[in-house]
Amino acid sequence: MERYRTHLMLCAGTGCVSNKSFKIKEALEEEINKRGLQDEFLVVMTGCNGFCAVGPLMTVKPDGIFYQNLTEEDIPYLVEEHFLKGRPVPKLMYFPPEEKEPIPTMSDIGFFARQTLVALRNRGLIDPEKIDEYIARDGYRALAKALTSMTPEEIIRVIKDSGLRGRGGAGFPTGHKWEACRKAEGEPKYIVCNCDEGDPGAFMDRSIVESDPHSVLEGMIVGARAIGANEGYVYIRNEYPLALKRLEVAMAQAREYGLLGENILDSGFNFDIRIQRGAGAFVCGEETALIASLEGRPPEPRQRPPFPAQSGVWGKPTNINNVETWANVPAIINRGADWFASIGTEKSKGTKVFSLVGKINNTGLVEVPMGITLREIIYDIGGGVPDGKKFKAVQTGGPSGGCIPADLLDLPVDYERLTEAGSIMGSGGMIVLDEDTCIVDIAKYFLRFTNDESCGKCTSCREGSEALLEILTKICNGEGEEGDIEFLQELGEAIKDASMCGLGQTLPNPVLSTLRHFKDEYEAHIKDKRCPAYVCKALTSYYIKPAKCKACMICLRECPAEAIIGGKNQIHVIDQSKCTKCGTCLDVCPARFGAVTRLSGEPVPVPPPPEERVLVRTK
Amino acid sequence: MPRIKIEDLDRISEEIRRTTLLREGTSRAKITVHMGTCGIAAGAREIMNTLLVEIEQGNIKDIILTTSGCAGLCSREPMATVELKGEAPVKYIDLTPEKIRNVFSEHVLGGKIVREYALAIGSERVG
Repeated sequence: MERYRTHLMLCAGTGCVSNKSFKIKEALEEEINKRGLQDEFLVVMTGCNGFCAVGPLMTVKPDGIFYQNLTEEDIPYLVEEHFLKGRPVPKLMYFPPEEKEPIPTMSDIGFFARQTLVALRNRGLIDPEKIDEYIARDGYRALAKALTSMTPEEIIRVIKDSGLRGRGGAGFPTGHKWEACRKAEGEPKYIVCNCDEGDPGAFMDRSIVESDPHSVLEGMIVGARAIGANEGYVYIRNEYPLALKRLEVAMAQAREYGLLGENILDSGFNFDIRIQRGAGAFVCGEETALIASLEGRPPEPRQRPPFPAQSGVWGKPTNINNVETWANVPAIINRGADWFASIGTEKSKGTKVFSLVGKINNTGLVEVPMGITLREIIYDIGGGVPDGKKFKAVQTGGPSGGCIPADLLDLPVDYERLTEAGSIMGSGGMIVLDEDTCIVDIAKYFLRFTNDESCGKCTSCREGSEALLEILTKICNGEGEEGDIEFLQELGEAIKDASMCGLGQTLPNPVLSTLRHFKDEYEAHIKDKRCPAYVCKALTSYYIKPAKCKACMICLRECPAEAIIGGKNQIHVIDQSKCTKCGTCLDVCPARFGAVTRLSGEPVPVPPPPEERVLVRTK
Repeated sequence: MPRIKIEDLDRISEEIRRTTLLREGTSRAKITVHMGTCGIAAGAREIMNTLLVEIEQGNIKDIILTTSGCAGLCSREPMATVELKGEAPVKYIDLTPEKIRNVFSEHVLGGKIVREYALAIGSERVG
């Protein structure tokens, strides 16, 4: 019989693990043993808690005290103070930006308090490698219900009524997709879980699998029952080793309990899952390309129809949903369609998981109800932009999405509204950009990505992305010409029209949406040869103001290109022909001098001649 | 592990109910043992161990046992605070294993305050 009175829920998501949470586990256990508390304190490794910015993190249950940024060195003090003497340690708690008082408990921290957890309902509360803990949190109840008291048609009806839409990007109604596959002719039928999220900076699906793999499995088994499939695949990218491991553990446990395999829960229903590892190709977000890869062929999409519901894996009816969609299914079956449909907006029901990254204080993973505004996500949950910088835009939907500017911050987030604003929901990537980000440079970054990831089947996508990238590069290099903007616009529209799959149809979005909301920045680059964010090196110069330079030698020594001329009592001057525009001089120039400046769109002033550079120091 | 039946889902949940309740922070009672230096010196550790054994032997799942620092009345340690759901906290002083067992069965499980060891009912105000 266990006597544990406290559970230490230590995060073992990929972010915290790379910050040594397993070392912290060892240190905790060692210290707890040393103090003779091993029968009272249990260290539990959980999946990702989402607040990756402050990891490694740990929640002390039942008190809910939240510790962050833990190191091995903190552990002896923490164990003695809090666990032995009962005094929580404020210095290891979370301090909101610019606040002097910490927030002790998890539930009071804005980042957590404003979230609504459905797909991530068990995150941080269970050990993802223990099926019993999942069961204790209502796990596999939806499956029991689906097998004993619901017909496949009833399951599909509930999913339809709930309003659940595909969380992978396109937002197709899940219930309709299931119905099409159920009604399709042909046997056997297949179920596929897409765990190949490819957007840069996005990690929603990885995190769900890492923190609660059984929710995905249960969703799939319920889906298989509804559609009439006996075999399924999880297509997971090989770069997700921890997710893969936890999935394998979960599948083995589910098989032992008879929740996967033959005669599930003695209902006579058979269903098993195989794991197929992918090499991580963005184009596999397209269903037909994923199917090709799953069958061992190069991941090239094909013309639709026939849709996968009619002809998918091995030419058989196939239903593909993404990880987050599957994880929602058990909650909907358990709590009902009305409950789910009560969350969200008219056409977008439920919650959505976003990975919040870029220039934001609280980097991490958040789950919010549909219809929440961008402002709430970025400021109330995300804690705003760091270092007092100004918010410029938020990029949603990854390389297929677009940038949304500051004046649309009060936009409610749902499928329709994001599309109206020229972006997309996508799978949930959310990259925050501040005033130091060049919008043309960002568009170029995404185009380079899609240009790389284009499978090359359609000319419009293969060559079109190349041409877009070329022009963007030209603009960033200060070689933009009159007519470039119009050409980008026209070419972008043409690529959308002429490409076969989603990759090509959406790849111009980063360009088109920035042209729509930030046309002046393109014009500044082209007409004034000016980069307003001082990012494009060809358009930016560094200059030392002679009147402010105190000849302190710091920049001169630090300059990696040895481009700064000067000496003791000699005002420093940048040799523009050697300068690589790395910005080191600006970073190191003491703030009280403020002698180094950036220039863009204007000529660099001629420095004083050498004989006038002598600094006369006055007391 | 053998194959499970639908009824087993409830059995498994019940078995680890203590775990789930603990993590959700829901309980019908919370006992805080004051374990500052003064408390430890006066024998708070023994009070804690006694409570752990009581909880274990009774196979009780929905009581939270926790510690806090010195309560400010060092001369009356060991001390513990018992808080039943929806009721004012009660501080007990000068505890011994025998007394805390008594408090546990009478107050925590039975709902009746053991007035002879109680210092006060209610909590001092903060701020």
